[in-house]
Amino acid sequence: MSTKSIMIVGVGGQGTLLASRILGNLAIEKGYDVKVSEVHGMSQRGGSVVTYVKYGEKVHSPVICQGEADIIISFEELEALRWLPYLKKGGKLITNVQQIMPMPVIIGAAEYPRDILETLQKEEVDLVSVNALEIAESILNSKVTNVVLLGVLAKYLEFDKQDWVDAVLSTVPEKFREANEKAFLAGYEQ
Amino acid sequence: MSKRLMIGNEAVARGLYEAGVKVVSSYPGTPSTEITEFVARYNEVDAEWAANEKVAMEVAIGAAISGARSFCAMKHVGLNVAADPLFTVSYTGVNGGLVIGVADDPGMHSSQNEQDSRNYANAAKVTMLEPADSTECKEYAKLAYEISEQFDTPVLLRLTTRIAHSQSIVEECDRVDVPLKEYQKDVMKYVMMPGMAKKRRLVIEDRKDKLVEYAETSGINKMEINDTKIGIITAGAPYQYAKESFPEASYLKLGMLWPLPVDLIKEFASKVEKLYVLEELDPYIENHIKAMGIEVHGKDTFSKFGEFSNVSVREAISGKKDEVTYPDYNPPMRPPVMCPGCPHRGMFYVLSKLKLVVSGDIGCYTLGAAAPLSAMDTTICMGASISAAHGISKANPELSKKTVAVIGDSTFIHSGMTGLASTAYNKGTSTVIILDNSITGMTGHQQNPTTGKTLKGEPTVAVNLEKFAEAVGYSRIKVVDPFNVEECERVIKEEISVEEPSLIIARRPCVLLKGVKYDFDVNIQKDKCRNCKMCMKIGCPAISLVNGVPQINKTLCTNCGLCKNICKFDAITL
Repeated sequence: MSTKSIMIVGVGGQGTLLASRILGNLAIEKGYDVKVSEVHGMSQRGGSVVTYVKYGEKVHSPVICQGEADIIISFEELEALRWLPYLKKGGKLITNVQQIMPMPVIIGAAEYPRDILETLQKEEVDLVSVNALEIAESILNSKVTNVVLLGVLAKYLEFDKQDWVDAVLSTVPEKFREANEKAFLAGYEQ
Repeated sequence: MSKRLMIGNEAVARGLYEAGVKVVSSYPGTPSTEITEFVARYNEVDAEWAANEKVAMEVAIGAAISGARSFCAMKHVGLNVAADPLFTVSYTGVNGGLVIGVADDPGMHSSQNEQDSRNYANAAKVTMLEPADSTECKEYAKLAYEISEQFDTPVLLRLTTRIAHSQSIVEECDRVDVPLKEYQKDVMKYVMMPGMAKKRRLVIEDRKDKLVEYAETSGINKMEINDTKIGIITAGAPYQYAKESFPEASYLKLGMLWPLPVDLIKEFASKVEKLYVLEELDPYIENHIKAMGIEVHGKDTFSKFGEFSNVSVREAISGKKDEVTYPDYNPPMRPPVMCPGCPHRGMFYVLSKLKLVVSGDIGCYTLGAAAPLSAMDTTICMGASISAAHGISKANPELSKKTVAVIGDSTFIHSGMTGLASTAYNKGTSTVIILDNSITGMTGHQQNPTTGKTLKGEPTVAVNLEKFAEAVGYSRIKVVDPFNVEECERVIKEEISVEEPSLIIARRPCVLLKGVKYDFDVNIQKDKCRNCKMCMKIGCPAISLVNGVPQINKTLCTNCGLCKNICKFDAITL
């Protein structure tokens, strides 16, 4: 198969790294070559963060460039808009409907764009929007939002549901296993 | 043997473990930090955080001379700090193997400059290896010890951000226990006075010749001959970008960056029609090839700065822009910010309010330079805050009256202590503020000599900052809580007005530390809020205007209560 390129984007602190770890581990289990890339450090302090996950027979470059992503999964609306140019024409864009104000908006130097979802729809993107935060809070708390979103993503990849559940369970701490499994399944059934 | 995903830094750590390394001493710095954090998990390795990179390298040098395989890690700018020992350990050589990990940051994801460490290898005449994925990170770390011991040389292991922080598959092997090599006193080799150094200088030249031979023949620099229309000489992450964009091209992939081969490059150049050298940052390999009189395309085709990618390489070589799939809406930027609950915020609010000139430093608090706090005038390098503030006070008495230096606890230990001693000694009058949040924050929470804990989490002695300042000649030393903004304002005003050197220690732990929890429930009382927007001036990500009125985002809020101390109408309650 040709390499699958998936981008996980969001705001520093939203738990995008865990989602990439679970997906990466699952792809290895299935015998693929895998590369995962993210930038640690300064940008993690509430900045815009991006993780690239690529798997296939042989993966060289760890990065995904403009127009190369098969799927983008965004933890926040503004970030979905920011990373849109990285999506392949007709690619799938999954976004959480949560909005987190960036500092330039908070201090009045910029405006948070209105109607992001409508804008994305007009671009003829294969758009899936989900209120993952609400689902997460109904299960445990906002901390499992990332696994809800992973559940949504899982539907559009070729791995079996049970393999996903196993990958989630083997990655999260024991005392949160039940909540994370529920969160994953809730996302999967969206 | 298990196979799993590892970031390059973890793979280096695994390589150190498998190579039988005994001593590791480092100073944290993105993107190098995780090497030392991962290697500290192995009981067989004695790993520690040193006060700075120079100390770290000297510890590793001592360990190597005494017979053990040893290692130190740092980011590119850390190698500037450790450059002094680097240049001379090249003369002495080693006993047990010595490897120095250095991580460059093309594109400056987390750095104040974009320097290219390969120039250090050339200048100090120290062998340098550069891996291109996590598998090579582990393999090259092990190979570096063989080279170090075979050629009696320190070895630089160069990473870049994209290699250090990308995960790829690594197969684990067992550790080889390497016994201590016998130590023998050898003044001619290890005491670098002029007489001895002159003799060792010759040894370096002889060693270089042997290393060039190794670079030509050992296989670490590999030719891949495919379609010969295009030939690309490259190393590290750019090799991966090129392989993805031009899988059919021919390659000379370099694993050893100093010394560079000569015959191998000539042979490769003769086999291909058009020769490119693909390297981020400086034209380091390009200059070497051009000095050989070979025609090659390098910085005339590719960028002189920043990080490359699959697309940037493809576009540069093909001369054609990729098709745009979706438009860029140029959404508002989302720069990094101080976390909600950050103890630095209170102090920066006061510095901003007093409109002081702030001589800044390197750490989380550098984010105090951003709006709305905007309370920083300079940031140069680790420790510069204190010395530069002293320089300002010597040069410009008017400016001096409204200048303070701000520096974190770890940065103070790294290279602020010397500046403080120098300021008192030279009859300085500047005011220094140590932002003591009990941890090395920006690099992701590392212990340091002020925290009372070692890298391995064991309790140990802690530097007493107050006593240190007293010992170097400070008599005005105040400790404040950065969330008590009234006290901070009063003390700062007092201290900048006196004609004496003074130290203010703003002490409150980082909100992300385990055990730091605020048991309040911070709310804005709508009936009392007069919408003066004072609370917006602290730049807390958890407070934003909703329909023109400040509102607390309960998901982000840490209930630290700083905003309550700012509100003049008691509209914010705990």
